[in-house]
Amino acid sequence: MAHPSQLGFQDAASPVMEELLHFHDHALMIVILISTLVLYIIVAMVSTKLTNKYILDSQEIEIVWTVLPAVILILIALPSLRILYLMDEINDPHLTIKAMGHQWYWSYEYTDYENLGFDSYMIPTQDLLPGQFRLLETDHRMVVPVESPIRILVSAEDVLHSWAVPSMGIKMDAVPGRLNQTAFVTSRPGLFYGQCSEICGANHSFMPIVIEAVPLEHFEKWSTVMLQDA
Amino acid sequence: MSDTVEKKIKNYRTAPFDARFPNTNQTRNCFQNYLDFHRCNKALSAKGQDVAPCDWYHRVYKTMCPMSWVAKWDDQIEAGSFPGKI
Repeated sequence: MAHPSQLGFQDAASPVMEELLHFHDHALMIVILISTLVLYIIVAMVSTKLTNKYILDSQEIEIVWTVLPAVILILIALPSLRILYLMDEINDPHLTIKAMGHQWYWSYEYTDYENLGFDSYMIPTQDLLPGQFRLLETDHRMVVPVESPIRILVSAEDVLHSWAVPSMGIKMDAVPGRLNQTAFVTSRPGLFYGQCSEICGANHSFMPIVIEAVPLEHFEKWSTVMLQDA
Repeated sequence: MSDTVEKKIKNYRTAPFDARFPNTNQTRNCFQNYLDFHRCNKALSAKGQDVAPCDWYHRVYKTMCPMSWVAKWDDQIEAGSFPGKI
């Protein structure tokens, strides 16, 4: 989840997010190097007392500053396309979960075997226990088995919402009447937080998402208990 | 019911990748399997055959379709106002 004074991405919780993080570092490094070079040149040009009125052209430098940017662009494009196709790979999910957006909460449905469905409301600030996170905790979390490919089908029952979990690199719009598919694998067990990412009314900021990744046996026990309580 | 269909249903984990619906929008995937289940039931019972193979479509649409959509369509079928052709 986010922490105070954060500048970069949250720690990656899925392989795809790790790739995106590393690509971002790569592209940002290139951008910083180019910007530093350009800034240095500007300062140098502006602050010199020397003048030169007689250079008209130079074939060599023109070739360098045409070819070099083209090479840099290719060095950015190749990892970018690699990740694009990686994210589009056909995956073989172990589990399908439906995330339905409502005003103003999410509901999750696990219907591969039984009809398990439950609502997930934000815990109001005054009801938080010590150590819990304001505006992020929910009464029921979306529990998933760790390191299993999961298919998520996102939709909405009233207005547009968006289901986002930044640490997994997922964001998918929830459109009424439409079923949007995305997939993820959690690399490690833990709690992963997200918030609704499409304006949906008064309490748009107060319908968070919590994914709890646990070992498979714990997931099976949890789903049995949830079915009994329903 | 043939062995392969029976084995597929027995080993069902979740709806597999369907090449007819390769993209993000899976709305049609859900609706198609719902239609196919009811058409399969109608066709096999009309011939007096066992409707067990239709269970595959049932499992897939149960996986893919939101429960509220299924409930609405079931009510529409009962009321005779379902928009799809079964």
